[in-house]
Amino acid sequence: MDERAERLLKAWETPKGWRYWSAVNNSEVGLWYTLAAFAFFLFGGVLALIMRIQLAIPDNDWLTPEQYNQVFTMHGSVMMFLFAVPILEAISIMLLPEMLGARDLPFPRLSAYGFWCFLIGGVFVCGSLFFGVGPRGGWFMYPPMTTQYQTDVGPDIWLLGLSFIEIASIAAAVELIVGTLKCRPPGMRLNLIPLYAWYILVVAVMILFAFPPLIAGDLLMELERALDWPFFDAERGGDPMLWQHLFWIFGHPEVYIVFLPSIALVAMIVPTFARTPIAGYGWIVLAAVGTGFLSFGLWVHHMFTTGLPGISIGIFSAASEAVAIPTGVQIFCFIATLLIGRVRRNVALMFVLAGLATFIIGGLTGVMIAIAPFDYQVHDTYFIVGHLHYVLVGGTIFPIVAGFYYYYPFVTGKQLSERLGTIAFWVMLIGFNVAFFPMHISGLIGMPRRVYTYPGGMGFELPNLISSIGAFTLGIGFLILLYDVFRPKGKQPLVKRNLWNAGTLEWSGQVPDQPWGIRSIPIVTTRYPLWEQENFLKDVDEGNFYLPDAEEGLRETMVTSTVDAEPMQCLRVPGPTFLTLFAAMFTGAVFIFSTFHWYWAAGVSCVLSFATILIWLWTGTAIIPEKDTKDVGLDLTLPTYVSGPAAVGWWAMFITMLGDMTAFVSLVFGYFFYWTVHEDFPPTQFDGRIVMGPGMVWPLCSVALAILAWLSVLLSRRWNRTGTNVATVNATIDQKSKRRDTWRASIRFYFGIAIAILLGLASAWALFWGPYSNGVDPTQHVYCASVSVLVLWTILHLLVGVVMLVYTAARRVCGLMDAVHDADIVNVTLYWHFLALTATITGTVIALFPEVA
Amino acid sequence: MPGVESPTKHAESKPKTIRDHLWWIVISPCTWAIHFLACYITVAIWYEKLAETHDLKTLWTLISLYSVPAILVIVLVAGMSYQNFRRGDPPIPYDFDDPDERTHFLGFTAFLLSLLSLIATLYTVLVFVMVGGH
Repeated sequence: MDERAERLLKAWETPKGWRYWSAVNNSEVGLWYTLAAFAFFLFGGVLALIMRIQLAIPDNDWLTPEQYNQVFTMHGSVMMFLFAVPILEAISIMLLPEMLGARDLPFPRLSAYGFWCFLIGGVFVCGSLFFGVGPRGGWFMYPPMTTQYQTDVGPDIWLLGLSFIEIASIAAAVELIVGTLKCRPPGMRLNLIPLYAWYILVVAVMILFAFPPLIAGDLLMELERALDWPFFDAERGGDPMLWQHLFWIFGHPEVYIVFLPSIALVAMIVPTFARTPIAGYGWIVLAAVGTGFLSFGLWVHHMFTTGLPGISIGIFSAASEAVAIPTGVQIFCFIATLLIGRVRRNVALMFVLAGLATFIIGGLTGVMIAIAPFDYQVHDTYFIVGHLHYVLVGGTIFPIVAGFYYYYPFVTGKQLSERLGTIAFWVMLIGFNVAFFPMHISGLIGMPRRVYTYPGGMGFELPNLISSIGAFTLGIGFLILLYDVFRPKGKQPLVKRNLWNAGTLEWSGQVPDQPWGIRSIPIVTTRYPLWEQENFLKDVDEGNFYLPDAEEGLRETMVTSTVDAEPMQCLRVPGPTFLTLFAAMFTGAVFIFSTFHWYWAAGVSCVLSFATILIWLWTGTAIIPEKDTKDVGLDLTLPTYVSGPAAVGWWAMFITMLGDMTAFVSLVFGYFFYWTVHEDFPPTQFDGRIVMGPGMVWPLCSVALAILAWLSVLLSRRWNRTGTNVATVNATIDQKSKRRDTWRASIRFYFGIAIAILLGLASAWALFWGPYSNGVDPTQHVYCASVSVLVLWTILHLLVGVVMLVYTAARRVCGLMDAVHDADIVNVTLYWHFLALTATITGTVIALFPEVA
Repeated sequence: MPGVESPTKHAESKPKTIRDHLWWIVISPCTWAIHFLACYITVAIWYEKLAETHDLKTLWTLISLYSVPAILVIVLVAGMSYQNFRRGDPPIPYDFDDPDERTHFLGFTAFLLSLLSLIATLYTVLVFVMVGGH
């Protein structure tokens, strides 16, 4: 190994001993993430088997209804929130940088933070089951059941525990979007991206718009449970239907969020075993993007029986049929690829084929239940259970198992057994169909879902018994897989490099793999560089491409432009730290203590978590590099520091704020939803008392103050920049006057920031004072509650905005930000754009809408 | 190194138009989404607030007001994208896998997405057409 390689290896070295857990590199975090998600999957699977034991015979009293409710609730919640979504993030964190020839994703510490949040939240939620206090309202937690009739801690565990995990998902989404758009190797234009990355891009964007409505819903429900704000209490003007809307605006895209990444694995596996490039690349991109969009127009098909107007149902029924088009297109592309290729038989490919066949069956029943009259008949019966498991197991689980077989050598350098794999395949395939096909029949003859037992003599016995036998067979299949994955393989030889002879970049790794991701960042000119680019591996290995060295001992990767992947920046990515673990522990503690109403402990944790995150940001982000540019090899010099839309940090802020806006819009949607369902909204009187609003003056004052604060932030950003101009122009003049001019510019910056802070605080105060001085009581009527939640949301955002301003001022005081290195203030300004919009919408809606209504 | 282009600037592919931007491909699906939401929200408010006092014709007029522009936009994007991609090679079997084909690829994808959006939008309109007589 030459000197350059040694230096590179040193920079990317995985920490040893107990420090191993401070690793943030994508290969470690991705592996932990995958194993944790898989462990939750097994837990969810055991819960399923418990249910199947209970339902194997009629009138069974092995479980009490209470226990059964907890088990089915946790089965659904674990499979969706702790397995299906996290496993996609896990696999993507592990694979995506390798597929893109990047050293790591742009924010490795964010990935690590997301993982620890997920682990803590997951263990907490699952643990509740062992104390008999698990949530029992179904994975959809419909109120008023979960607000008025289940007053124990179960729903809180679900709401707080899973909200915490949803935040981790959004963190992963930010990481994956920026990773796909900005961390591709030079030359990998949009038409050359591996299909996996296209799918992940679509899915990450979907997470960004799908999860926030649920977070908003969680917030509303928790406010009702903890503070008695009546969002879903029909007696005080609330409406449980709002929860259903918010839940399914999340819940339906969620199905596709789970399905598309698995299909993405299929898109990687099929060409390898067909030994030919994928057919219809453009068509598959159409399918991914098209499905991503249409999946947001389907949520009401979960609510067909709630009594909505016929036309509304028709619109959603039509969209549900339309989504079959792009879904079908990609499957035809896979079949076409297999037809034109020279197919090699392999366990991974067998699982892919099983997945496609199973998914098609589930898809066909999906087309049936998209038709409202048919749905009325089978709604809430086992037919639906059969349908959704065919879709999810066929569309998600089988492709993931295929991915396990395909990528196992990539991770460990060893191969899983083809013989055991073939046995596992047949046991799983048969077990699955035996378990789930009879459910269609038991559903059609009328067996409802979510019942802990059923009486004999109604024709349910046989299909249920067969289902239970099938479920255990499926379980045995997974045990074989589990054994194969974990059996000691010490004596087994390492596989050869690029074992399957695949064409994409992730297979360029050496065996055993090195922690540097890729020896040198290549120039890519084809979709399958390992097949189509001459001497590719040799050039990568010899360090003939970019960044073959780490002269400064720092971890570096390359940032390129969005469409054409032209090199833009040499990005320094942070290394191992325990900060992310601590931050996740404290953040987790806030949620966990809040569940049990231990508000003091929650408050302390909140301060600690806030402090840890600040330390993390202060020491790890927007660091001014020791030199402005760096020679990255091949006669190319790139900047080491950029700010604004060219910087990954700016993109992360932008994407996070899009998600934040989506949650806010969901709350505003709630306000207007209540207006549509009430004769008079806002009401003048309720419950013998006058219903007070926030008035017009103070909310509008708050809007004006927020806008002024925002303008002040804009000016500060500008003044921060003029600082340098003054300094540069006067470069020839003596040092003293230069310093004086810079100082003058700084004063203007600090002045602007101080004014913005004062105006921001004043705006928050005005927004609070309006409702407070009028005596608005959030518990009186849903109108008051929905005004209060908008006010609360906006005030919190204003306070965060103020903290950010203090942070930028402190950065400048300490010399960590200056006129050129201004990423902090630029990103904070971006936050303030969104904040100004939020404050304006809140103020104008609560002040003016009552006049219009 | 053989076969490696100038690292900073790749050979420009032609034609270079507005369709070089990634967001071009989402215009049609976004139009579908806006049209879809507008129809849904209109219907929801209609049945809660206005159905008793207004003639159904008003609702149909509103829906047409949304639908005609939406369909026009989608058809326009489809047409422009089609022209863009036809300058490339026929997209079979390994469509547009040359670096220079990026523009054609975006045009092709935008064209397909426009077709899909058009179908989905027509599906939405179809609901009103079919319910119209009853």
